Formats: sequence, C-alpha cells, structure tokens
Amino acid sequence: MEFQSCVKIINEWDIVAARQLGRNVAKELGFGTIDQARITTAISELARNIYLYAGQGSVSIEKLNINGKSGLKIIAEDQGPGIEDIRRVMEDGYTTSGGLGAGLPGAKRLMDDFDIESIPGEGTKIVATKWLR
Amino acid sequence: MNQLVYDFIKQNQDYILTEWMDIMKESTDERLIKVVSDRMFTQTSSEFIDMIITHVDSKNREFTLKLSDFAEKVVQLGWPLTFVNEGLHKFTLIVINGMVEKGIVTPGNQVELVNHLDKWSTPINNEIVNIYTQTWERTVSLQKIALQELSAPLIPVLEGITVMPLIGTIDTERAKQIMENLLTGVVKHRSEVVLIDITGVPVVDTMVAHHIIQAAEAVRLVGAKCILCGIRPEIAQTIVNLGINLNEVITKNTLKKGIEVALELTSRKIVKVEG
Repeated sequence: MEFQSCVKIINEWDIVAARQLGRNVAKELGFGTIDQARITTAISELARNIYLYAGQGSVSIEKLNINGKSGLKIIAEDQGPGIEDIRRVMEDGYTTSGGLGAGLPGAKRLMDDFDIESIPGEGTKIVATKWLR
Repeated sequence: MNQLVYDFIKQNQDYILTEWMDIMKESTDERLIKVVSDRMFTQTSSEFIDMIITHVDSKNREFTLKLSDFAEKVVQLGWPLTFVNEGLHKFTLIVINGMVEKGIVTPGNQVELVNHLDKWSTPINNEIVNIYTQTWERTVSLQKIALQELSAPLIPVLEGITVMPLIGTIDTERAKQIMENLLTGVVKHRSEVVLIDITGVPVVDTMVAHHIIQAAEAVRLVGAKCILCGIRPEIAQTIVNLGINLNEVITKNTLKKGIEVALELTSRKIVKVEG
C-alpha cells in the first residue's frame, strides 16, 4: 500500500466522485479501457449500495504493488445495518430494493478478488481488487 | 470611524497598498498565482484596497453595492474566499503595525484602537462571506437549471421515429425525467419507434440498466418499440459481467444502425435518388 485516497459517500453525487477517482487511478496504473470500465462500474455498484442501504460510508482506492504485480484495491466501508445473509446477496437476482439484484454478484465478477465482511447492526466492509495483467 | 485611524489610512494609502500586495504575494499558495496573471493581481488588489478605503469614508449602502460588484468579479476570476478574507485580515494588521511604527498608537489608546478596527472589519468580513456565498449559490442554481434543460431531450427525426440522446451521468432525478419525457414525447410525436442512444453515458451500472429496462418496458406499454443504441464495447463487456439481461430490448451499436432498423420496422427504407 503506497497510495490511498478516500471519498465519503453521503449523497448521490458522491458516487460519481468515487468512480471518477477510481477511473483516474486505474488510468494512472495503466489499465485498458475495458478494465477501466469494469473498475468504475464495480465502484459505482459498491458506492450505490452504501448510499441505498447504509445512508453513508466511504470508498477508498489504493494502488497495490506486490511482488512486481500492480493492482487497484477498492475498499467500501459503512456503519449501516449490515447484511444478514451474505450468501443470498451474492446470488443473482436477489434484491431488497426492487432493483435488478445484480450489484454485488456483478461487482464480484467485474473484479479479480472480492471479499465481503458484514456484521448485522454494525456495518459492512467490502474489499475488491483488480490486478494489472 | 475613529479619526486617528481614518487619517492614517487616508494619508498612507499607497504605502498600505504596496505593503499589502507584497504580503499577499508571499503568503498565497501556488494555486492562486497560477490562476491570476500578475497584472490582474495588481489591478484587482488595488481595487480591493480602494474599496476598503472607500468604505472608510462612504455610506454603507454604496459600499455594499461596490462590494457585491467586487465579489462577483472575484468569483469569476476564481479567487478563493479564504484569500479575500485573509486580505482583509492582513489589511487591518498593516494598519495597526503602521500606526504603531508612526507612534500613533500609545499604550493608553491601544486597546481601544484595536477594538475599534476589529469592530470595523467584522461587518465587512461578514458581508464578503455573505455576498460570496450568494454569488456561488446563484451560479450553482443557474448551472443546475442549464443542466436540467440539457438532460433528456427527445428529438423527432423522421415520421414515427424519435431519438433520445443521453449524455453524462444518470442519477435518480434524471432517470425520472428520462422516463417522463420519453412517454409524453412518444404520445405527442406519435412515435412508433424510439431510439435511446447511450454513447455519451460513461458508466452503465445495474441502476442505469434497470432504468433503461423500465423505460423500454413503459414505451412498449404505450404501443411503441424501443431500440437501445450506442453501446460501446467496454460497456457491453461490463453489462455481460454484471449479468444484466437486456434480451427484451433491441440493441444496436450505433445510432445509424438503430435508425436503419427503425425504418425497417416501419416498413420504409432510404433510397438514393437517380439522376
């Protein structure tokens, strides 16, 4: 971890700020346009979940460099209601807000590593990484 | 205004101006220097000091007018508010220090003079902040209106065929507007086919896709067909990765192809005229 920046998600426009940040960092790291779109879309999904379910939280973007491999790490954190059943939210088509239910499983497919931790009543932390190939 | 202070400011106008400009140049960050050229800096600075000095001997209303003019100008120049605030603060400091040097300030009247200057500068400060925020608020609300006007236009291109080009981020507010304009427009223009072009939409996430699906479904309900065009390759990939099902919507990669399909759907075609 050598570089980190963070966007607080409070209103809908912060989602745009978060993905703008993600896109800039992805560009700097040398990701291609398709991966840039994947990363920005994943950030958009995670940030929107914070906005929709937790009300507020934060999205941080980190540049990674491990064993000569560089990558981009997204950390989405909130102190919201948490997720009761993580397995269900990772299923395609499961939604509690009338959406498409593709956000979390989709974000997982868009990224290389995807890790989700949640304690009901305390909050959720999602860490997702994309490696530069 | 205290006579002593007034006289000092009046007599040392030039000295205060040069001193002030030196201090401000030193203390400001790089950001500002880049924004403002040297000449502009000098000109605006002298205007600022001039304005403060006029306040010393003019009526309050006249000053407010001048101040709002100045604030608007500064906002346009992109000077930060902190700079202007700092400027006022430095101005009072220069006056006090100058007066101490000249021996006008004595231990006896020191407290009174400082209090007096403070009382004099606080309302100016508040006024500056006030006008500044007002100017900003106006700019922001104007931009918001301008953006709204651009947000979801529906353009009839041929009989029965209308196009809605979307550019920029789609949020909940805009999604609502898109839906509304789409449906009223379809009825008004008696469209048979509506093309939604998303070439200018930077990110298509599940929410945007959901809104598009809903819009297409609503268009179908009012008896027209919806074609989604302008899907860039990277957007196509993310849609597939997200696992979004757009099977219900006809999709084309360019608006041109979309219009061709729309003509086909309305049993027409473009023919080259001979001759």
